[in-house]
Amino acid sequence: MNLSLILLAVFDGVSYAALVFMVAVGLTLIFGVLRILNVAHGSLYAIGAYLTASIGGAVVAAGYSPILAFPLMLIAAALVGVLLGAPIERLLLRRIYAKSEVLQLLVTFAVFMILEDVQRLVWGNQPYFESSALQLLGNIQVFGVYYTSYQLVLLPVVALLTLIGLRLFLRRTLTGKLITAVTEDREAARSIGIDADRVYLMTFVLGAALAGLGGALASPTTSVLPGIGAEMIVLSFAVVATAGLGRIEGAAVAALLIGLGRSAATYAMPELQVLVPYLIMLAVLLVRPEGLFGTPAARKI
Amino acid sequence: MLTRTLLSATILATALGTGAAQAQDKPDALKIGVATFLTGPASVFGVPARDAAQMLAEEINAEGGIAGVPLEISFIDEGAGGEALTTEYRRLVEEEGADIMFSGISSGNCMQIAPLAEDLEVINIMWDCGTQRVFEEGDYDYVFRTQSHATAEMLAVVLYLLKTQPDFETIAVVNQDYAWGRDSWDIFSTALKAMKPDVEVVGEFFPAFGAPDFSTEISRLSATRPDVILSTSWGGDLNTFVQQAAQRGLTQQSQFVLPLAESSLEALGPALPDGVIVGGRGDHYFAHPEMVGTERFDSFVSSFKEETGAYPIYSVFHMVQAFEALKAAYAEAMEENGGSWPNDQELIAAYEGLEFQGMGRPVTIREGDHQGVEAQLIGTTVQSGDYPFATLENMMIFDGAELTTPVGESSIDWVGALSPDFVEKIEPTTFD
Amino acid sequence: MQIRILIPVLAILALALVPMLAPSLQVLMTLALAKGIAVMGVTLLLRAGQVSFGHALFFGIAAYAAAFAAASNLDDLFLLLFVGAAGAAVSGLLVGLFVVRYRGIFFGMLNLAFSMIFWSVLEKFYHLTGGADGLRLARPEVLGLALDRAPFELLLYYLALALTLGLGWFATRWLGSPVGQLFQTVKTNETRLEYLGISAQATLLKGYILSAVLCGLGGVLVATAQGIVTPAYAYWIRSGEMVFIAVLGGVGSIPGAVAGAIAYEVVRIYAAAFAADVWQLVLGAFLLAIILFAPSGLMGIYGALMDRISPRRAAAREEKTSAQAAVQTKEART
Repeated sequence: MNLSLILLAVFDGVSYAALVFMVAVGLTLIFGVLRILNVAHGSLYAIGAYLTASIGGAVVAAGYSPILAFPLMLIAAALVGVLLGAPIERLLLRRIYAKSEVLQLLVTFAVFMILEDVQRLVWGNQPYFESSALQLLGNIQVFGVYYTSYQLVLLPVVALLTLIGLRLFLRRTLTGKLITAVTEDREAARSIGIDADRVYLMTFVLGAALAGLGGALASPTTSVLPGIGAEMIVLSFAVVATAGLGRIEGAAVAALLIGLGRSAATYAMPELQVLVPYLIMLAVLLVRPEGLFGTPAARKI
Repeated sequence: MLTRTLLSATILATALGTGAAQAQDKPDALKIGVATFLTGPASVFGVPARDAAQMLAEEINAEGGIAGVPLEISFIDEGAGGEALTTEYRRLVEEEGADIMFSGISSGNCMQIAPLAEDLEVINIMWDCGTQRVFEEGDYDYVFRTQSHATAEMLAVVLYLLKTQPDFETIAVVNQDYAWGRDSWDIFSTALKAMKPDVEVVGEFFPAFGAPDFSTEISRLSATRPDVILSTSWGGDLNTFVQQAAQRGLTQQSQFVLPLAESSLEALGPALPDGVIVGGRGDHYFAHPEMVGTERFDSFVSSFKEETGAYPIYSVFHMVQAFEALKAAYAEAMEENGGSWPNDQELIAAYEGLEFQGMGRPVTIREGDHQGVEAQLIGTTVQSGDYPFATLENMMIFDGAELTTPVGESSIDWVGALSPDFVEKIEPTTFD
Repeated sequence: MQIRILIPVLAILALALVPMLAPSLQVLMTLALAKGIAVMGVTLLLRAGQVSFGHALFFGIAAYAAAFAAASNLDDLFLLLFVGAAGAAVSGLLVGLFVVRYRGIFFGMLNLAFSMIFWSVLEKFYHLTGGADGLRLARPEVLGLALDRAPFELLLYYLALALTLGLGWFATRWLGSPVGQLFQTVKTNETRLEYLGISAQATLLKGYILSAVLCGLGGVLVATAQGIVTPAYAYWIRSGEMVFIAVLGGVGSIPGAVAGAIAYEVVRIYAAAFAADVWQLVLGAFLLAIILFAPSGLMGIYGALMDRISPRRAAAREEKTSAQAAVQTKEART
């Protein structure tokens, strides 16, 4: 394998990692605050993708400029956060915070099953493919190989901005500080008068919107079809667990690790490609059970 | 074959014993169970085929059913998984009393259903099953296939490729990672190496079924620059792969060969570039050059388009074949037994060696192994502007008989023994 | 006659009569009982407070082991069960050695990782495992006899029933045994266990292996009944399903595992038959309803019902507040 091939593999890995990170970051944020591993996160990702692809397709078909696809992605993400995230937290999760971990997980599993069918009822079984946003940005040629600017430049930039934005939001704004406080110590935060219910709701809506945004961003690069949520959720589980639950920066590193590992496998041993994320996860967890950046739990979970 | 001799003996005995007067009474309805994908990725084939089945049954019933017996159709979702499929299959046969089953699409399901149908003693028509293994690895009395299988489908594509582009040197494959993707590549590559021994395989990729992203594979292929890129993928996977490849200029670099892309022409729209070699698992095409202009074909295509909003694809035509075979088999069986309602054995006898016509050239079901022999249509895409999607030009239609593995032989051994002069020997009908 | 004894006896009797009274349900019930056995494995771990989101691993390993055995000359139903159980036990030991060091969500995730690796291997190594289409498992002989479909299925049903009762009894006895008691202490107070000088990890490992074997036996039965094994046997959704059934039946209840599996299969099959487009939605809604309105599952509902019918015993147990405790007590008596 020569240098240019290695670089090609790196480009592919980074662009893939960017997409995975966008989904995983919402998952880890929700876990950090609510202590719930949201299985339905995959469905929210899928719905974000469906919304963007179907509305985007209609907008372009109606003769409007494909540049509208970009604001549409944000709108789709907001819709997922507000119309799905908010009711899920308020109507379902709020009732089960006191219950055992298993029940919490299963509630989100049930929501996942329901949303899988809802997607099919709304969007049918035929795949959607709407890539005008990606075509708009054109191609870049590297070592004689064409890459789309969307995947090579835009996705990593958006992922990076999300990471920095989230960091600033959590450290610099009041709402963000409240969220951080609840993440660090739920009981203490409550005792100093933080409205934990509100923080939970905001976090969940934000996390859900991030899943929706991940889906929206992925939609121009892929066919949107039933089942994409189920694949994505296990992959983001792997990222989140590798990183350490609730670790946002860690999720970025883990996504990068998994993305690079996966593309290296495609070049060297294509047959191992699907195994790579789980092997990385297993290897990390066996050495550091709390994940790369996790801290050992202070109290018994 | 002993079983068949015994079978004919039984039929004879039944015929003699019962006589025309005591023939089976006509049932109130002919119950058909249809297994197809209503959910999951393969529903891109399954749902249009279900729509077709409903249309066809309505049409037949409007004409008074089969010999006055109306059809009653129930559907099973293959997408619910193997367990649900077999449980529901049994329920339909054992409880609802289904008279005949049409099942199914997925190779895995077909391999599972064939012995089950034999156990339950219900006639099962494999209406869209691609795997050649069913009849090569098993011998069934109750199972028939009303269309071709992977071997003939792949062989036709190899021949088309070698006839149109004899000078290529390298090939790479990107197939879905499951039986169809693996088996079709085994057959394709074995046949290709037999007929063009100097060809070099420069890349074999089997991305996971339903993979959302082929960027890495495309980068790798762009760097390798094979002359020909084959993909027997279908549905969402094919659409994703083609769109991503087209966006990144790979379709200009290499000759694409997509044996199942007939089913994606409309879905891909303007994204499918000119010059891609496309097949449709049989001679299935909504603008079949030999069929366009015949009244039945034209009215079916336009009413299907009206009903569902899309042009019919090969799975729809396969469903038509299952129904046409059903009509033909009943007609033949009733002619044999003097007009009374046939029993299972009489129907089986009628299906063996049956010739019928769907929306393409006539199909025969071989007596020896119950395998359908179907013509193959291959063409090259062109964005002509007549439709909002690519259509086919330079079409060739291959006769099925020469491309179907002979009875009792294994497909891989048979195609492996072909020689380069096979390419010249086969003379398809060509169209512009 | 005590109603608390009468009802389980009636239930078992009803199960024993299924092939005569409702022959059409026989195959469905075989699958349900087989899954019930597998779910007992998950239930067992729940008693130690651990949730595995990857127990389909053992279900799958045993099923594939059986399929490989069936393809060789070890083609006998009882040998298949033995091979499957052995495969599950060995892999349970190997995986268990790693995962018993973890608790809670990490335990669940590690199990998930192992099962997903196994799933990927099944999917990828097509020439060995048949890839996504899986392997056929032709009807095996039974003690040297080649049976037809009908008698074989009947036999398989009664075998599943016998194994369900036998293994259910065994699992209940095991939980009541000293090792089983220590095992459950992992949930309530692991630290105390360590103070007693007993290795919590070693205790957990024993239960883990037992749970793997239970899952494995369930897997072999399902594979034999289906005649095919596919990677879907080891997919995470299957693991989720098992936890789902365990909770549906009643968290930690062995009879609940079986009751839950039967309820689940019936809902699933009828939802698939009569609402083919939305069967997942129906199941999901069913699960939500159970968790929100009857978190102690079917056995909890049953226990509450019994308390109403024979209040004398309920009064005697008044201090026991949680339905969970009620379920456990009842098991000890049945």
